[in-house]
Amino acid sequence: MNPWIVDYLWLVPVVPLAASLLILAFTGSRSKGAAALAIIGQLAALILSVVAFLPSLQEPGWRAFHNFTWFTFGENAVRIGWVLDPLTAAMLVMITLVGLCIFVFSKGYLAGDKDFSRFFGYLSFFSAAMLGVVIANSLLLLFVCWELVGLASYLLIGFWIHKPSAAAAAKKAFITTRIGDLGFFLGIFWLYGRSGTLLFYDNGNGCLEAAGLLAIGSSATFIALLIFCGAVGKSGQFPLHVWLPDAMEGPTPVSALIHAATMVAAGVFLVARVYPLFSLGAIDGVTPSLTVVVWIGVITALMASLIAIAQADIKRILAYSTVSQLGLMMVSLGVGGVAAGIMHLLAHGFFKALLFLGSGSVIHGCHDEQDIRKMGGLRKVMPVTFLTYAVGMMALSGVPLFFSGAWTKEEILHGAAHWPASHAPYYLMLAGVVLTALYMTRQMIYVFFGKRRAASETAHESPRVMTMPLIVLAVCAVGLSAIVTPAWPWLHAYLSGEPAHFEMAQLIQPMLFVSLALVAAGIGLGVLIYRRAGEFDPFARSQPAFFRFLENKMWIDELYAHTLVGFSKIAAVFSDWMDRYIWDGLVRALGAIGQAFGILTKGVDERGINAGIDEGVTGTRGISRVMSAWHSGQIQTYLGAVAVGMLALLLFYAWLA
Amino acid sequence: MAGVITALILLPLLGALCVGVARENYARGVALLFNTVTAIVCFILWWNFDTSAAGLQMVERHAWIPAIGAEYLLGIDGLSLLLVLLTSFIFPFAFLAQSRSAGGRGYCALMLVMQAALYGTFTAHNFVLWFLFYEMSLIPAFLLIRIWGGNNRDRAATKFFVYTFLGSVAMLLSFLGIYFAKGTFDFAALAELGRSGPLLEGNLAWLAFAGIFLGLAVKVPLFPFHTWLPDAYETAPVGVSMVLTGVLSKMGVYGFVRLLLPLFPHEIQVLGPWLLGLAVCSIVFASLAAWAQSDLKRMVAYLSVNHLGYCMLGLFAVTTSVERPAVEMQAALSGVFLQILNHGITAAALFYYVGLLEERRGSRGIGDFGGLMQRTPLLCGWMSVAMFSSLGLPGLNGFVGEFLIFKGSFMLTGPATAVAVIGLLFTAIAFLRAMQMLFSGPLTESCSAFPDLLRREKWIVVPVTLLMFAIGIAPQFVFNIVNTTVVQMARLFT
Amino acid sequence: MTPTLQLFLVISAALFSIGLLAALSRRHAIFILIGIELMLAAANLNFIAFWRFGPASQNPTGVMVAIFSIAIAAAEAAVGLALVIAVYRHYRTTNVQRLNQLKG
Repeated sequence: MNPWIVDYLWLVPVVPLAASLLILAFTGSRSKGAAALAIIGQLAALILSVVAFLPSLQEPGWRAFHNFTWFTFGENAVRIGWVLDPLTAAMLVMITLVGLCIFVFSKGYLAGDKDFSRFFGYLSFFSAAMLGVVIANSLLLLFVCWELVGLASYLLIGFWIHKPSAAAAAKKAFITTRIGDLGFFLGIFWLYGRSGTLLFYDNGNGCLEAAGLLAIGSSATFIALLIFCGAVGKSGQFPLHVWLPDAMEGPTPVSALIHAATMVAAGVFLVARVYPLFSLGAIDGVTPSLTVVVWIGVITALMASLIAIAQADIKRILAYSTVSQLGLMMVSLGVGGVAAGIMHLLAHGFFKALLFLGSGSVIHGCHDEQDIRKMGGLRKVMPVTFLTYAVGMMALSGVPLFFSGAWTKEEILHGAAHWPASHAPYYLMLAGVVLTALYMTRQMIYVFFGKRRAASETAHESPRVMTMPLIVLAVCAVGLSAIVTPAWPWLHAYLSGEPAHFEMAQLIQPMLFVSLALVAAGIGLGVLIYRRAGEFDPFARSQPAFFRFLENKMWIDELYAHTLVGFSKIAAVFSDWMDRYIWDGLVRALGAIGQAFGILTKGVDERGINAGIDEGVTGTRGISRVMSAWHSGQIQTYLGAVAVGMLALLLFYAWLA
Repeated sequence: MAGVITALILLPLLGALCVGVARENYARGVALLFNTVTAIVCFILWWNFDTSAAGLQMVERHAWIPAIGAEYLLGIDGLSLLLVLLTSFIFPFAFLAQSRSAGGRGYCALMLVMQAALYGTFTAHNFVLWFLFYEMSLIPAFLLIRIWGGNNRDRAATKFFVYTFLGSVAMLLSFLGIYFAKGTFDFAALAELGRSGPLLEGNLAWLAFAGIFLGLAVKVPLFPFHTWLPDAYETAPVGVSMVLTGVLSKMGVYGFVRLLLPLFPHEIQVLGPWLLGLAVCSIVFASLAAWAQSDLKRMVAYLSVNHLGYCMLGLFAVTTSVERPAVEMQAALSGVFLQILNHGITAAALFYYVGLLEERRGSRGIGDFGGLMQRTPLLCGWMSVAMFSSLGLPGLNGFVGEFLIFKGSFMLTGPATAVAVIGLLFTAIAFLRAMQMLFSGPLTESCSAFPDLLRREKWIVVPVTLLMFAIGIAPQFVFNIVNTTVVQMARLFT
Repeated sequence: MTPTLQLFLVISAALFSIGLLAALSRRHAIFILIGIELMLAAANLNFIAFWRFGPASQNPTGVMVAIFSIAIAAAEAAVGLALVIAVYRHYRTTNVQRLNQLKG
């Protein structure tokens, strides 16, 4: 007997959706009611999520779903539905909670904006779409919501419509993710064709259940990789990560919501959701598709954390940090299974949202300055922001014991260390940990320590409506660590459907010391390098070429612009040219041939036939004119002619005779 | 229910006569009145349509010219009904879209004649009758472009006419050939013959195939026979563009489904890869070319080619692949039918919006606008819905059709489909580029006096957009119309 | 001197020539008419001569034809004169060189 919430789970996304439609349709452009409506909608979604979360606690691995027919084509039905299992429930709670904080924060952050209502409309819409992704029990429904998430992010990134750069970034985000979605799309069809259903769970007939997996068989690797394309696009993995840093053009709460907590996590969630496809036929936990996932994750994580070191924009640093953390999650999914990856996703959702909102608070305090080199010494003027930011920074860097990020990261490292396929990812991840600590220390020192520079001189602490969400998120980032420690790995057990046991002795793992040492190294290195940092980056001074390489994001954007984008543009112009000159040219040539034939026949007609008759007529006229001249009308001349004729006849006869 | 279809065809003709004698100012009103009546007749058809019965319904069959096998044979199945409904839906909006000043009696009368011809084309099931209607639609279209078109209308109209007419002639010759060999013009009988064995022998079959293919490929249009389309659509007045793309272009696809595919299964099988290649080229090159356009209307025209390419991909996938599981065939066919409807609605809406912009600005270069979102948020918002619908965003109508087409054709012909999805990307790029240049950025000075959507414009925009959402969210009501026909056709093609 | 056929033919030819000369050289229509009458007379004389010296000169057939011809000539002269008078009335001249209305 399922609790009622299973049948009404659709309310979770539909409530924010309704809020969004109400806002967009009925509120004025600066209405306070818009924010209220959005926050109420989000609060309702949070309550519903918690209600949905409770039954999933009853027994490990509990799962309930509700399927129905969307439409029928021919003799077949396309069925969709929603599912409630630990994965969904945990994601729901995290998304709605983080979302709520961000909604409240936005109310303060965008208080003066002229499109205040529109912003909340979009935000609610985004939230609805994201919740839809999470509850979907059908790859089709998931894809539908997935695309709507993309649309919402397009709208939100390009929210400041008057800024051309925002519009360009929004377009880039949409198109880049769509490239990945093409693969995803094909993966869906392949999966659909093979298994005959897109439902994940359907009483044993779903595509993730035994019968479905059996039908999929050997094509699982390709299907999984195609689906992974979608995740690569959405989660900003190499090589499709380029849109994420640009997406920082959107208002900061958007960055927090989309590019920290939720949307980019959708890719990771997707891989987790269809994990059985990835792990089908695994030998020792390794499959080709998972190996690809791991390596993409490793490359992404390392590359992004390197780039983050050389960025000056406070949000861009966080953006690259997000890319790198998403890479980490991918690695984790690849080496350790669903639970480890999702745990880090959840923890990351809290602390990265915290960091983004904190950066929003800083930007707000510094009057829309985003360059960290122009900040400094903010810890005194913005104490709440500073403290909460520090919590986020330590959680991200993985400072052990009290911060959720540390525990989840440790689990990932643990998984990577024991990955049977290769040890290289493990060592690369260790380097990544050091780099993460390094760039976060750099950011902290630049923003909050040292002298107050240009932008921070008139800085002020943000209003309570903005700091409260920071505190809530900071508490979550710390509090979450209670259920992710090895001593009581409740979340891990909950996600993987096993009962959890409390065992204090498990708390201290050898990996703890490894990560402790690495984080300490990273932070220490950071303090050492950036202690006296001024407007000019010390790293740039010592390694100018390498710094420039990193500062310009490894020139990947330029590379794409000159290769793929350039090629496509040429192809577009070429198609247009081909159309105008070759295909249309052929048509026109045919037309010209027809016309030439016409001209030819006209010529023959006019010059040949018609002129011939004309000539004949003229000749006849000339002859008759001569002849008529002979008819002088002189009767005697005629008579004379007769006489001459007669005489001639006579002579002729005479000659004959 | 005998005579309803005849009434449906005759009503617009009667309307054309009435418009002819009406006062110039009332012409549009009279035309709309007649459209209301035809819409009611359409609903009667829909109401009485038995969705579970296979084959033709409400058949009207009378001897016409027995000597040449011409019969007056009208009837509807799911596909016909769908197209009839589409026609009835698009035309009133096309009338409303034309500003009151442009085009009076003559315009309305020609449009009504075209409407009657379209109803006839979609319901006739004997070649002679069908061809009569098919050609009857061409002449009003030519005149409408020629008389009420924009720049370059002379050339574009002539190109349109000559191009499509040549195709028609080829088709007519082919059908005469078939008639001399088989002695019937009846679609159903011919389809049965095509199914049971080769319709014609040897080279004759190829000639006949080529003729019909040419006629229909031009009409669709299929790459590379599409070059008349951008010119014609670009030049035609708004209402005519809407009808051309919304309904007229469906005649080609309809012809493929009704004529070519059932009649020449063998030839199509042999040419399979080439035909798929043409469909894929339609999709990819048209979307690329759309990206490169600087004229908004031309861009939409190219995307029209692209969207019809999806239809052709689905149809060719169904008929050319070696393995044909029923599920995939039904998916592709359902997708194609839905795409026909979707494209009709969405592309017509897009042309309408372009018309609105052109009316306000006086030109329609993509670069002539900028920052419209600040000035006309409603217009931009609703227009974006149509654009997103066209690029296949889920929740809107375009997605469902494209999903089914790709679902079916991926399992039928994987590689072609895999290439074709690139079209989705370039479509998105083309639209997003347009949106970026039109809606965002600083407000261009020349656009700073634009009025937002007027009330009469909302009367067009809102119902169309609601329909897009309706099909996108709950498409079952459309599938109810076509499902039985889909099953029947899938069986025909196996 | 016995009248021979040659003699008659010579006289007839002379008569014809005189008539022809008159018809060709005179300007006055009446004179031309007279010239034509002379040529007709020459022809009649020829006819009679050939009859008289022919094989069947007993039957008066030649005379009959000659008389018939003279009668016709008289009628013709009457018609000719009437035409000349009509022409004169119309054109106020009988000079044939002026009467060139039939020229091409």
